[in-house]
Amino acid sequence: MNRRAFVNLFLGGSILGTVVSFLYPVIRYLIPPGQAEAVVKRTLAAKIGELAPNSARFFRFGSTAAVLVNTADGQLRAFSAVCTHLTCTVNYESDTGTLFCPCHNGRFDLSGNVLSGPPPRPLEAYEVEISGDDIYVSKKA
Amino acid sequence: MSRWKEKTLAYLEPRFKISAIRDFASKKKVPEHKHSFWYFFGGICLFLFVIQVLTGILLLLYYTPSVDAAHESVQFIMSQVKFGWLIRSVHSWTANILIGVIFVHMFSAFFLKAYRPPRELTWITGFLLLLIFLAFGFSGYLLPWNELSFFATRVGTDIAGVIPLVGKAVKTFMLGGPEVSGATLTRFFWLHVAVLPAFALGIVGIHILLVQTLGMSKPIGIGETKEISFFPDFILKDALGWLIILAVVGAVCVFLPWETGPKANPYASTPLGIKPEWYFTFMFTTLKLVPAHIFTIEGEVLAVLGFLLGGLFLMLVPFLDRRAAREKKSPVFTAIGVAVALYIVIMTALTYLAPDIGK
Repeated sequence: MNRRAFVNLFLGGSILGTVVSFLYPVIRYLIPPGQAEAVVKRTLAAKIGELAPNSARFFRFGSTAAVLVNTADGQLRAFSAVCTHLTCTVNYESDTGTLFCPCHNGRFDLSGNVLSGPPPRPLEAYEVEISGDDIYVSKKA
Repeated sequence: MSRWKEKTLAYLEPRFKISAIRDFASKKKVPEHKHSFWYFFGGICLFLFVIQVLTGILLLLYYTPSVDAAHESVQFIMSQVKFGWLIRSVHSWTANILIGVIFVHMFSAFFLKAYRPPRELTWITGFLLLLIFLAFGFSGYLLPWNELSFFATRVGTDIAGVIPLVGKAVKTFMLGGPEVSGATLTRFFWLHVAVLPAFALGIVGIHILLVQTLGMSKPIGIGETKEISFFPDFILKDALGWLIILAVVGAVCVFLPWETGPKANPYASTPLGIKPEWYFTFMFTTLKLVPAHIFTIEGEVLAVLGFLLGGLFLMLVPFLDRRAAREKKSPVFTAIGVAVALYIVIMTALTYLAPDIGK
């Protein structure tokens, strides 16, 4: 390697190194830091008597939305309300007794299974327990 | 008056070489033929972009980019600030009209094969501007923090999330965390008022420089044509188009001021009848129709890959259409263009005419 090639390589490498050393902190700065979230496994969803048969209540479960359904025959069921297609929040349709996502017309039955539309997976089902007057919903073990 | 003008010009001339710019503008010619109507859409895009910048700067005076105050600040602009409703309506309406005009400009350039050498980079910068203005639309839509925009952002970022390999990183970067939250609003605001304008200004500059340097493309098969001077003839015709657009925007804003909508509640049901801005509806309806699984792959992944490949094809068309590059007609590419345009029009129409499709 002659002297000119060495100087070109040395200067070129230095410039590259400088650019990388400037870019690296900027790129790291742009990536959001992971924030530890409190993991919520159980939450109070409603009080006994608040939910008429064939109706639903939406509530906050951790950082996402969940739904508690009182079916027409009086059974309490709870699910994640986040559609498994593209994460819109589902609605409860009392006339069909199904959970419906209005974003892309996905439909789920009251076991969380997909009835129609594009959702690829069932809704995550939660456990429902009654303690006194309170209805608690918790993630399945 | 004329003495002042002469004195001012005499002062500016050695400093800015105004005569050179004037000479260039008057010597520059624009071909006139049966398709030259389509040339005006580029100028209309530029005009609407300038309106966007000016009204955007005005909106910044009262808008607050935080979850607690964004919606309230937009309501304040609409109801309390004098002519706030007008400034915001002009901003929102021109944004929508601008994207429509960009689509017209792009398809007219496509069908006239204006991407032929040496104008490949003019086409590519134009395509990048389409992407930038779609990003402007997507990021600006969230800023009022209303119900529709909240869920549209959820869906839009989730679509980005299904891109193989990089999707999750892109989604986290866009959201600023795992969910649509205050961090997302801050990021979208940052993109909308700082990053995208910087890129847009740079690429618009290159695009215009290329158009000025290379001149207007003449369609294949059109030989010698009449020419008009760029300044003042073409510019005056352009200005007439701008005035018409301005009148349309003014009328629409007065009769249909842009709505604010109810404030977003992340834990409530998605409102029925939700749909994104019109220019994303062809993708929205496609996602309704794609089955959950195609073979073993999730339908939405295939749909998103299809859109990405379609976009890549459009961007690279100057290098793919070899017949047009040799100044020969290329009916295959015209047919592909017609198919893409029809697909977009039909899917957009279905969104509004058959909202229950796939239900």
